[in-house]
Amino acid sequence: MGLARTYAIGLVGLDGHLIEVEAHIAPGLPGFTLIGLPDTVLYEARDRVRAAVINSGLKWPDRRMTVSLSPASLHKRGSSFDLALACAVLGAGGAVPKSALADLVLIGELGLDGRVRSVPGVLPAVLAAVRAGMKRVVVPAPNRAEAELVPDASVADVRSLPELVARLSGEPFGDDEIPDLEPAADEPVSAGPVLSHSSSALEYPPDLADVCGQADARKALEVSAAGGHHLFLQGPPGAGKTMLAERLPGILPALELEAALEVTSIHSVAGLLPPDRPLLTRPPFANPHHTASVVAIVGGGSSLLRPGAVSLAHHGVLFLDEAPEFRAGVLDSLRQPMESGEVVIARAQAVARFPARFQLVMAANPCPCGQGDSAELLCVCPSVVRRRYLARLSGPLLDRIDLRISVDRPSRGELLAIGSGEPSASVADRVLRARERAAQRLIGTPWRINAQLPGRELRGRFAPKPGALAAVDAAMSRGELSARGLARVLRVAWTLADLSGVDRPGSEQVGVAFSLRAGRFAGVAA
Amino acid sequence: MAVKDTVGRWGEDVAARHLVAAGLVILDRNWRCSAGEIDIIARDGRTLVFCEVKTRRGAGYGTPFEAVTVAKARRQRRLAAEWLEIAGMSVPDVRFDVVGVLCPRRGGPRVEHRRGVI
Repeated sequence: MGLARTYAIGLVGLDGHLIEVEAHIAPGLPGFTLIGLPDTVLYEARDRVRAAVINSGLKWPDRRMTVSLSPASLHKRGSSFDLALACAVLGAGGAVPKSALADLVLIGELGLDGRVRSVPGVLPAVLAAVRAGMKRVVVPAPNRAEAELVPDASVADVRSLPELVARLSGEPFGDDEIPDLEPAADEPVSAGPVLSHSSSALEYPPDLADVCGQADARKALEVSAAGGHHLFLQGPPGAGKTMLAERLPGILPALELEAALEVTSIHSVAGLLPPDRPLLTRPPFANPHHTASVVAIVGGGSSLLRPGAVSLAHHGVLFLDEAPEFRAGVLDSLRQPMESGEVVIARAQAVARFPARFQLVMAANPCPCGQGDSAELLCVCPSVVRRRYLARLSGPLLDRIDLRISVDRPSRGELLAIGSGEPSASVADRVLRARERAAQRLIGTPWRINAQLPGRELRGRFAPKPGALAAVDAAMSRGELSARGLARVLRVAWTLADLSGVDRPGSEQVGVAFSLRAGRFAGVAA
Repeated sequence: MAVKDTVGRWGEDVAARHLVAAGLVILDRNWRCSAGEIDIIARDGRTLVFCEVKTRRGAGYGTPFEAVTVAKARRQRRLAAEWLEIAGMSVPDVRFDVVGVLCPRRGGPRVEHRRGVI
């Protein structure tokens, strides 16, 4: 009898910890004790692993077994420990050579028949394994592509426990032995529910060519994409606010490798990774419904900490349609991640940190009836109702929004015009060039896009051309533009300068930036 | 007598012979009280041994040893305490063993004796 040791990864949020799985087989009555703070799902691994071992035609040790997960103080959860548990038991029982397990990290869930099932969070787990110095990892076959994204990792994929045991023992294992364990055709390869928005939106990105007219809103969308500025679209129903917002990811530049790995890790932990696309290279788009809870937006959960919509929109777009319909607490929970670019979720058992650097796009009707102040339609809402409707968006939240645009219904002429609007591809091209200009200018600083520029730099190194502030002089003297408001105007002015190839924003850019910020609605101080 | 009881009785005889061959001295067999039964009570040198015998015709319902659940092990301890009280013996060491007897349809019985497992 004996002792064997394997390694697995325990995930807390996106952070992986190397977990040592020790199995000890002692003389005595048959029994299986699992210690080291397992949660319910992990505790059930005892029965899964046992059934899998027996159904794989291997001998389940008929002795007293103690399996310990260490560090014991860390809460461990989920089903991804099955493979490490099974191999530790088999190693202690002598069915697998212990030396073959010494430097392996084993990730995977076992079916009762011995097949290895895919698990969520493989990418962050493999990243953690490599960081911990364990370069050899074994993952379920459906997760192979995801694991291989990690540089330096040497990945082996397995389909079944007998296959793994044979390979660890150095015995040949032919492909022809697999078919009876082949997953059923309708088995979902990804471990969680795949939300429609995260896959379909990426497969067929909607194009700006579909949008009729809306010159102002198109411009605002382009500025928003180029500088990473938050955007607020206001207008009557049917004006095209949702259409415009859905087209924002399409004009954003593709993610760089590091950002892509982060975005993919988050979606992997949430179990939302599309099976056919291991690496998400396009900015994600999250559009939670307005009934969403704070936990759904920010992330959390009682035991398994899951990323919320703000993290699923990391390096992408968070779109809140019908923003005033969201609960006030939900909207205000956005303020902290908007400032810090991450959310820290603290629960009794663990603290998880999820990145949440998203671009916020909100859309709202001007009032509950939706007709608002448009020219040909008459609003039927009492004035007090109108005032209260937009007041649901709190001042501090609106203050963080650089671009506020009124979207009117396209005119008859625009709707009937022959030909379509400018396609996303050419807008994306300008956005990319503007971002490159900004990145070039910001080399050597911690900032990458104009939206990140701090206020003091806007007065110093990145001040506009002398005299450019004349455009907003009147507004400032009237008290319509606060110091923070001015900084936001200047950031947008820099983006406008980048888009039009101007070295430094002048009065024209500042003027346009101010009008983009001021929008056209009443009751919102700039 | 049901078939399973016959098998169990036969298994206990096999186990007893095995224990005697291993040098134990049988003190009592099938000792009963209201709480249950101790299959074999034996002496192994200075140690008093309470022995549970499990007999199986095959592994279809698990090994003989798997049949000794936590509840049964606990009852075994309770019974041992009762026996010691009635016997009024003072013994330096007490041990709980399980003997598994597997009698396949073909071939002779296989006996395994595990010491001090409860």
